[in-house]
Amino acid sequence: MAKLHVTTTINGEPAEFLCEPQQSMLDVLRGPLGLTGSKEGCGSGDCGACTITLDGRLVCACLMLAVEAEGHAIGTIEGMAEGDTLHPLQQKFLELAALQCGICTPGVLMAARDLLERNPDPSETEVRFYLAGNLCRCTGYDKIIRAVLETAAEMREGAR
Amino acid sequence: MNIQSNKWIGQRTIRPDGADKVTGRAAYAADTTLPGMIWGKVLRSPHAHARILSIDTTKAAALPGVKAVITGADLVDFPVETSVMLGIQDMRWMARNVMAREKALFHGHPVAAVAATTESIAEQALALIAVTYEVLPHVIDVEAAMHPDAPILHDFIRHEGRPSNIAGRIENRLGDVESGFAAAEVVIERSFRTEPVHQGYIEPHAALVSVTDGKATIWSSSQGQFMVRAMSGLLTGMAQNDIRAIPAEIGGGFGGKTIIYLEPLALVMAKRTGRPVKMVMTREEVMRATGPTSGSASKVRIGATKDGRIVAAQGVFHLQAGAFPGSPIRGAAGCAFAPYNIPNVHSLGIDVVSNRPKVAAYRAPGAPLGAYAVECVMDELAEALGMAPLAFRLKNAAKQGTKAAHGPVFPRIGFVETIEAAMAHPHYSAPLGPNQGRGVASGFWFNAGGESSAQVNVNEDGSVVVITGHPDIGGSRAATANITAELLGIDYRQVSVLIGDTSTIGFSNLTGGSRVTYASAMVVTQSTEKVITTLRERAAKIWKIDPEAVTWENGEARPAGANAGQFPPLTLPQIAARATETGGPIGAGVQLNTTGAEGGFATHICDVEVDQALGIVRVLRYTAFQDVGRAIHPGYVEGQMQGGVAQGIGWALSEEYIYDRQGRLENAGFLDYRMPVASDLPMLDAVMIEVPNPKHPQGVRGVGEVPLVPPLGAIANAVHAALGKRFYALPMSPPKVLEVLEPAEAVGKG
Repeated sequence: MAKLHVTTTINGEPAEFLCEPQQSMLDVLRGPLGLTGSKEGCGSGDCGACTITLDGRLVCACLMLAVEAEGHAIGTIEGMAEGDTLHPLQQKFLELAALQCGICTPGVLMAARDLLERNPDPSETEVRFYLAGNLCRCTGYDKIIRAVLETAAEMREGAR
Repeated sequence: MNIQSNKWIGQRTIRPDGADKVTGRAAYAADTTLPGMIWGKVLRSPHAHARILSIDTTKAAALPGVKAVITGADLVDFPVETSVMLGIQDMRWMARNVMAREKALFHGHPVAAVAATTESIAEQALALIAVTYEVLPHVIDVEAAMHPDAPILHDFIRHEGRPSNIAGRIENRLGDVESGFAAAEVVIERSFRTEPVHQGYIEPHAALVSVTDGKATIWSSSQGQFMVRAMSGLLTGMAQNDIRAIPAEIGGGFGGKTIIYLEPLALVMAKRTGRPVKMVMTREEVMRATGPTSGSASKVRIGATKDGRIVAAQGVFHLQAGAFPGSPIRGAAGCAFAPYNIPNVHSLGIDVVSNRPKVAAYRAPGAPLGAYAVECVMDELAEALGMAPLAFRLKNAAKQGTKAAHGPVFPRIGFVETIEAAMAHPHYSAPLGPNQGRGVASGFWFNAGGESSAQVNVNEDGSVVVITGHPDIGGSRAATANITAELLGIDYRQVSVLIGDTSTIGFSNLTGGSRVTYASAMVVTQSTEKVITTLRERAAKIWKIDPEAVTWENGEARPAGANAGQFPPLTLPQIAARATETGGPIGAGVQLNTTGAEGGFATHICDVEVDQALGIVRVLRYTAFQDVGRAIHPGYVEGQMQGGVAQGIGWALSEEYIYDRQGRLENAGFLDYRMPVASDLPMLDAVMIEVPNPKHPQGVRGVGEVPLVPPLGAIANAVHAALGKRFYALPMSPPKVLEVLEPAEAVGKG
C-alpha cells in the first residue's frame, strides 16, 4: 500500500512524514518521528497517557489518524519545557512528588496545561473533572491535584 | 541515625529521574528500538478451557515478512511431576503460563507467537495459524471449582486422593480455638466474597530482545531484572552468563511485573531469526492474560468476652489461583488476624485453580482479602459489644511481645500509635450528613528484606554515583540520594542514583514486598560508610597522621584528637582530586541478605455518602494512619499511602473481572474495568507515624503495601454506617448496592 505524505507542524516546527492511511497519530509520533514521550496505555482513548494537542485542543493521539495532522499543528510533551527550563507545572510536579512511575505524567501534564490556559483559577472540582480522562494508578491523584492548584496560584501571582 | 535534625533524610528532595519523567525523555520498555528490529505478537486461546489437538503454522510461516512462528514446543519442557522453584514461582506453571502446552486453560492463554517485519504482518500471520481445539467444560468461580463435580484443570493435582482443583493450603495455629470459643460470650461469624481485580498499571508489558553471538540482551518492564534473567534462562535453556537483562523505566507494577510473559518468547524468536524482536501487549492482552489478584470466598468467626477482649478467631480463606497453583494464601491467612493480640487463632488458606489467568502478586498479596473479612466482623463485634470500633481495636491491639499466629513475636511496633492517632484526629469526630457514614479498619503486612547489592563510587570531581539493583517503581532513587547525601554530608544533587543491569550490579531480589527502600538503604549505608572510611584514610595519608585521628563531618575530613586544628579540613572534591596519588579510585560495594524488616501496621478512617436512588457510593473523606518507621522521603511515603488507598477504593467499589457463560472475559479494557479517576476521589490524607524500626540503620519499615490492606473493610464499614445494612461482597458497585437496597426490584429486573 502506498504511503501518504503529511505536512504538519509539531511543537512549533515544520514536520513531514509518511504514513499508512490506518496509522494512528500516536504510532507515527512514537515510531518514525521518535517522539516517545506520548505513551500508549490502552489504545482506546480511555487512559489519556497519549494526550497531545491538535490546534490547541486536547486529543488522544491513539484516536487520531496520522493523516489528520495534515495542515494542522500538533503539540506533544516534548514541546512543554523551553530548552532546559521546565514549565511551572513540570517543576511543581517534581517538587510535590506528583508522579511515581511517571507513565501517565506526560498526558496529565498536557491536560493540566490546557486547563490552566483556559481557566487560570480552577477549583479543585474543576481540576478533578478536567483530568478525569487521565488515569493514574500510582498516586491516588492527591498530589497531582495539589500540584495543579498550586501552579495555578503561582502563575496567577506571577502574572500580576 | 534517625535524628530529626537530619539535613537530607526526611526532606522532600527532587527525585534523580524526575526531569526525564516530566519531559517525556525517560525510556520505558516500549520506547526502545534497535536497528533491524522485528515485531512479535501472541496468538491467544479464544476458549476458557480446551485441549490443543494440533497447531498448524505452515500458512503463517509462509506469509512474506514472517520470520518466526513458535509454540510451546519451542520452550524448555518442565514435566509436571517435578517442581522447579525460583523464589515463590514454580517453573512448571511459569512455562505453561507463557505458552500453553497440553491445554489452553483460560481465555487469553498464549498458544503460539510470531515475529514479522511489521506489526500488521505479524497480526495477519496470527490469523493464519490453524489451531484445532477440543473445547472442554470450564469453571470460573472459586466455590464452583471446589465442587466434587467441577471440571478438573489438572489431572495431576490431587486432593483427598482424587483429581481436584484444590491445589494447596496453608494453616496458622495459635492456642486452642475450641476452648477459646467456649469461653467467648459474643461470637460473630460471617461469609464474604470478592472478585478478582487487576493491578492496573498504565504501562502494558513490553520487551525488546536482541541475540548476537549467542548472547542475549533483554530490555523489559519488570520489577526485577535478575528475575527476568533467571526465568528467561530457565524457560529457554540459556545460561545466565549469556543473558543481560536491562531494567527499563517501569510504568507501574504493583506486584504484577514480578513474573514474565513476553521475554522468553521474544528471546526464542530473536535467537532463531538473528533480529531484535520487540513485543508490546495491548491493554486487552494485559487484562486477559496478566495479573490479576485472586477473588475470594472467606468465612471468619471471632469471639470475645463481654468486656471486649477477643478470645478466639477462626478464618478460612479460599483464593482463586487462576489457571495454575499459587494464590497468595500466605498473605490472606497470615495477615488477617495479625493486628490483634488473640490467644487462640486458627487461620486456613486454600489455593483453588480455575479457568482464569494465573494470578500475580498485587500489593500486599492476599492480605487485603483476609483483612476485609476480619475487619468487617470486627465492626459487627464492636457493635454487638456496644464499643466504639477503634476503642475495640485499641483494647485488642498487637504490641511489642504479642505472639502472632503466623509465627513471630512482635518487636517494637507502632500499631497502637496508628489507632491513637486516628482517635485523636479531627476526621474521627467530624459531623456527618444524611446518607453518610464513617468506617474504620486496620491492617498488617509482613514486609520483607532479602538480597540487595549497592555500589557507591566517588567521581574524580567529588560527585558521587550510587548503583543499586532494584527497579525504581515509585521514587526509591530519591530515598537513596537522601541517605547517601546525609551520610557523606554533601548536597543531594551531588549524588546520581542509577539502577544497574544484571551485568553491572550484584544480585538483587525483586522490587516487591515493601523491601526496596528498606533493603537498599542498608546496603547503601554500609557502602557509604566504607567510602567514608577510605576518605578518612586518604586525608590521613595526605596529613601523614593516623586514620583513627581523622573524623568525617559535614562533607569534610578533619584532624581530630591531638591533631585537632593542625590542618585545614579536606573536602570530598579535594580528596577526590588527589585519589590517584593517595591510593587510587574511591568506591565501595556491599551485598547483603538483609533481615529485620519488621511488619507494618495501619489504621484507616473513611467517610462515604450513598446515593440511594442510583446505588452510587462516593468516598467523601479518607485519612490513613501508618507506622512508617522513618520516612526517608516523606513525599513518596505519602504517595505510597495515597496510591494504595486509591487502589483499595477501586477494589471496594468498582473493579471486578466479569465473565460470560463461555468463560470469556467481558471487560478487558479501562472503559469497562472501572478504576478510580480523578473526579471519583477526594484528597487522601496520609498521616505518617514514625516509630523507628530498631533493626534498621535509619529506622525504616516497608511502606508500600500496608496501605492497600485496610481500605476494603473501612469502606464496607462506612457503607454500613451510612445505610444500616451490611454488605458481604465486593465490589459495592451501583447494581450490587441496589440489589441490597431494593432486593425485590433487582430480582424483577434480572
